[in-house]
Amino acid sequence: MTNTPSPLARILAHREWILAAIIILMTVGIGTQEAFFISPNNLSELLDDTAILIMLAMVQMLVIVTRCIDLSVASNLALTGMIVALINVAHPETPALVTLVMSIGIGAVLGAFNGILVWLIGIPSIVVTLGTMSIYRGMVFLLSGGEWVNAHEMTPQFLAFPREVTLGLTTLSWLAIIMIVLVALFCRYSATGRAIFAIGGNPKAAVYAGLNVGKYQFITFCISGAMAGLCGYLWVSRFAVAYTEVALAFELQVVAACVIGGISIAGGIGSVWGAALGAIFLGLIKNALPVLGISPFWQMAISGGVIVLAVIINSRSEKQVGRRILREVHQ
Amino acid sequence: MDTPVLELKNVSKTFPGVKALDGVGLQLFPGQVTALIGENGAGKSTLVKVLTGIYTPDGGEIRVGDTVVEFHAATDAVKSGISAIHQEAVMFDELSVTENIFINNQDRNWLGMLDWPLMRKRARQLLEYLDVPVDPQTPLKNLSVAHKHMVSFASAISHNSNIVIMDEPTASLSHQEINDLYKLVRRLKEEGKAILFISHKFDEIFEICDRYTVFRDGQLVGSGMIGAVTQNDLVAMMVGRTVEQVYPKTDAEIGPIVMTVQGLSHPTEFNDISFDLRKGEILGFYGLVGAGRSEVMQALFGLTKTNAGSMTLQNKPYAPANTSQAISSGLVYVPEDRQHQGAILSLPIFQNITLPRLGGLSRHGFIDMACEYDVARHYAQSLNLKAASLSENVENLSGGNQQKVVIGKWLATNPNVIVVDEPTKGIDIGSKAAVHQFMGDLVAQGLSVIMVSSELPEIMGMSDRIIVMHEGRIAARFDRDTASAEAIVTAATGAA
Amino acid sequence: MNRQTLQQTAPHTTQHQTGNQRFLPDNLNGAWRNRLLRWETLLLVFVALAFFANTQLSPYFLDPWSLSDATFNFTEKAIIALPMALLIIARDIDLSVASTIALSSVAMGAANSAGIDPAGMVAIGAGVGLLAGLFNGYIITRFDIPAIVVTIGTMSLYRGIAYIVLGDGVYRDYPQGFAFFGQGYVYGVISFEFTLFLLLAVIFAVILHKTIFGRRVFAIGNNPTAALFSGINVKRHRMVLFTLVGLFSGIAAILLTSRIGSTRPSIAMGWELEVITMVVLGGVSIMGGAGSIAGVFIAVFLMGLVTFGMGLLNVPGIVMSIFTGILLIAVIGTPIIWRRVVQAQKMRSKMRGG
Repeated sequence: MTNTPSPLARILAHREWILAAIIILMTVGIGTQEAFFISPNNLSELLDDTAILIMLAMVQMLVIVTRCIDLSVASNLALTGMIVALINVAHPETPALVTLVMSIGIGAVLGAFNGILVWLIGIPSIVVTLGTMSIYRGMVFLLSGGEWVNAHEMTPQFLAFPREVTLGLTTLSWLAIIMIVLVALFCRYSATGRAIFAIGGNPKAAVYAGLNVGKYQFITFCISGAMAGLCGYLWVSRFAVAYTEVALAFELQVVAACVIGGISIAGGIGSVWGAALGAIFLGLIKNALPVLGISPFWQMAISGGVIVLAVIINSRSEKQVGRRILREVHQ
Repeated sequence: MDTPVLELKNVSKTFPGVKALDGVGLQLFPGQVTALIGENGAGKSTLVKVLTGIYTPDGGEIRVGDTVVEFHAATDAVKSGISAIHQEAVMFDELSVTENIFINNQDRNWLGMLDWPLMRKRARQLLEYLDVPVDPQTPLKNLSVAHKHMVSFASAISHNSNIVIMDEPTASLSHQEINDLYKLVRRLKEEGKAILFISHKFDEIFEICDRYTVFRDGQLVGSGMIGAVTQNDLVAMMVGRTVEQVYPKTDAEIGPIVMTVQGLSHPTEFNDISFDLRKGEILGFYGLVGAGRSEVMQALFGLTKTNAGSMTLQNKPYAPANTSQAISSGLVYVPEDRQHQGAILSLPIFQNITLPRLGGLSRHGFIDMACEYDVARHYAQSLNLKAASLSENVENLSGGNQQKVVIGKWLATNPNVIVVDEPTKGIDIGSKAAVHQFMGDLVAQGLSVIMVSSELPEIMGMSDRIIVMHEGRIAARFDRDTASAEAIVTAATGAA
Repeated sequence: MNRQTLQQTAPHTTQHQTGNQRFLPDNLNGAWRNRLLRWETLLLVFVALAFFANTQLSPYFLDPWSLSDATFNFTEKAIIALPMALLIIARDIDLSVASTIALSSVAMGAANSAGIDPAGMVAIGAGVGLLAGLFNGYIITRFDIPAIVVTIGTMSLYRGIAYIVLGDGVYRDYPQGFAFFGQGYVYGVISFEFTLFLLLAVIFAVILHKTIFGRRVFAIGNNPTAALFSGINVKRHRMVLFTLVGLFSGIAAILLTSRIGSTRPSIAMGWELEVITMVVLGGVSIMGGAGSIAGVFIAVFLMGLVTFGMGLLNVPGIVMSIFTGILLIAVIGTPIIWRRVVQAQKMRSKMRGG
């Protein structure tokens, strides 16, 4: 005798589908105005453009599910990007694969620093990552002395990696797709992944189930950091430049993507698909603005507005339906 | 004599300022149910947490079979064959039933990935065994309270542990569900499990337990076979003295009607609530947990919006839009959860007492500190509050004294009607008597009290009239003289 | 109810217990007050050290004009830190303050271009800030959403609007009459900005520590549920606090715009971090419920002196942000670690004793 959820609740439970439908409608809608927008070329470019946001949003989702937030991702990305760029300049012989692994490692260490402060000292994650956001960003400046590392200083292999095209998509796009699948599998089929959702949903119950809340928060910060590091290399090589302001304020877009994707800021609720679709939605808006003849300066306000709107919608759909004591009402 | 499967020797656990367990011992035997009895604060919950690896004891030893064990996390206890059904709702609402059952004990396939088909199959078997008609893939949040409880049973059984701890398992169950639970306990007994059964209800202790262990103030005061003792013996052990008259109902003069409630309704929580309240009266609200009593009281206090009905207070229409209007109209609400809703623990006593009536202690928004201390001292002393100074933080006081601060805080608003929600929950028997005495005094002074309680003796002992709620409606009304325990419980469980 | 009615309420309380009445003193020199004093003393010591270091760095530092100059770089932030302290004590936070400055400054620039006089510009600057804060407060309390997310959203929204209006352009040519707010002096070397800050600090100290409003802010921050049950309109108080923070961001925007004489959408970038750091450095608990304006007041000077000293050493702004970040984490982390050490010691000594 389980309670049957109301039709509205059932639709909201499939929030990813709604978002996907909106994305398709928007794409088709713009496509009818400007046919080239839905050409395979443009769409694959759009994916390439959004790939980094997708990857960062997915792992930010994991952090948010554990009731934390990682605002340092963009600074982590910039710092790791600068480090690998400088290494590339100093040691041009370093293979791209080694650079890739290195960037993941550096990012993970930076993420672990956040995680340790949250786990072992118990400082709220918002404070920790607000702090490291400005620490990491400042370190980019210290490392580079405020100078740019330009395309001509980097080796061709370093630059080529994310841009190689396989089956019509760039390596960067393929990486995003692989990451979506990997993180989705991680969430569904690994004990750690499930534990992350469990501790986020009810930290108190997690203690009774023998799950160490702080440890899993630490793990998500490491994952988030590792992904930010990877994206640091990808960003620097894709745009062929490294400087202090790389991806400035990008963390806001990452959080926005998560919120749009239906991830509850109160923890415990979220999906990889939601985060990815939220990122694609933002990418779509960003790419559609010039097509529709709107100034790119609108983008920041739109993502801000969408964050506010999305949290309002989320809060209404999450609202506890009360205990529903009266029986006939819910049957 | 059997050999115990679990034995505790000289176990202690100290928290800052409290010795929660002081060298206690416990033995559990296969195929037997041992009742753990004690007042709130006697150390039962701490013991459960020590046994399940949530707390690490400061000293003593725990022996499972022949081996001495040490638990550092909840999973260690499970590995040693101890599983528990906790009193609090410690489950994961967003996760499916299957996942809740196997939360720390997942099955994996040859790839090391979680094997969902297998777990679903096992979950279905467990639920069938327990006779719970629930689809294992449903999210837990869609289940009723009783079914959630059964899922936590399924989880405890899934470990196939030899030792099962049940911490007040019947607290939120209806009559029928309790009988089903007894059946299950007997079945576990036949399978040779050792069960630790924690309960406040003597009828169920005598019905299904074989042995008893009594704690008082963190110490072991007695244990033995249940057949060898009477209820009075157990009560005497619990409180350390014989308790004669716990409910000192003074006969206050019942005056005119102070408050009327007509057809009060809420879309989802309660419907058509009507009653009136007289001066000098204690009106008891009884019902199971989740019957909607607290929701009704919060509506009286302006916290919950209603969609139909009307109220009057002192012959004037009364429709509080917020708590501040309710308080200034002369109705106050003493919430059930002292720590979270009553006192503000990290503020000093005097600031707590004056908080709801600050408006009267100030000029143009500036607080008159001297006046504030006067008011606070007046109530603190008349309630015989024990504290070092008025500036001491409430968190440093004992439970009974915290309760006094909360009551003083409400008295300071000079109310006509006091709503008390579970007034004696979580306080020791000595303080209970004081609170009851105090409620008697209140009505004797001409106040009216609405008392919400889940304790039948308290309801029957203190109320002039009793309203029983079931699933958001008034199920029955009784006068003090006509009320019988059976009739009240029947109405509360919806069996009528 | 007042003193007179006290006697009438007396019969409500138990009388049979009055026999063994005990006298309760008002105060026993509460432990928390000592602790607070210690924190503020510590801050003062650091202020003295920073002051001394600055005198060593520059022989001109002690010059009155130089000292006066030193106040400019923190006064605007400090003015936001005052209401922010109240907001954080009430267990909320506002990350959108710097973006509110940008929005408010752009509004004033637009008003100036439209030919509105300085008085009108001031009204618009403060008004836009107030509305921005009100919007935050409304969304947060109406839909019951954590302040962090909403203000992350409006942080991007408000500055985004500034970018829409101004793009990569700039507003300049503010009139002479507008310059006074950020550049004017009230008496000798005492600037208008600094005078305003001192005045506001006193007002906020009185509000927080002497009024009902302040008491309720502490109650809400300590336990919002209990505050609600005590008849406090928690939502309205939170709304007021967010609106106050918005208003003072608007006022900071007036001062800043007037001082630098131009507006770009990137104005005051990253200030939210410094404002919050000032507040927690001043001993306000990030978890709410504790703090004092005196602490924030001293912390403001400490931050100001350190930044000024780094400026004397020609340390670039972005590197100072490393310092701010470390300070933020250290200030919140240190008491937590300290408490743990003390508790562990207590436990150990208790075990030995018992």
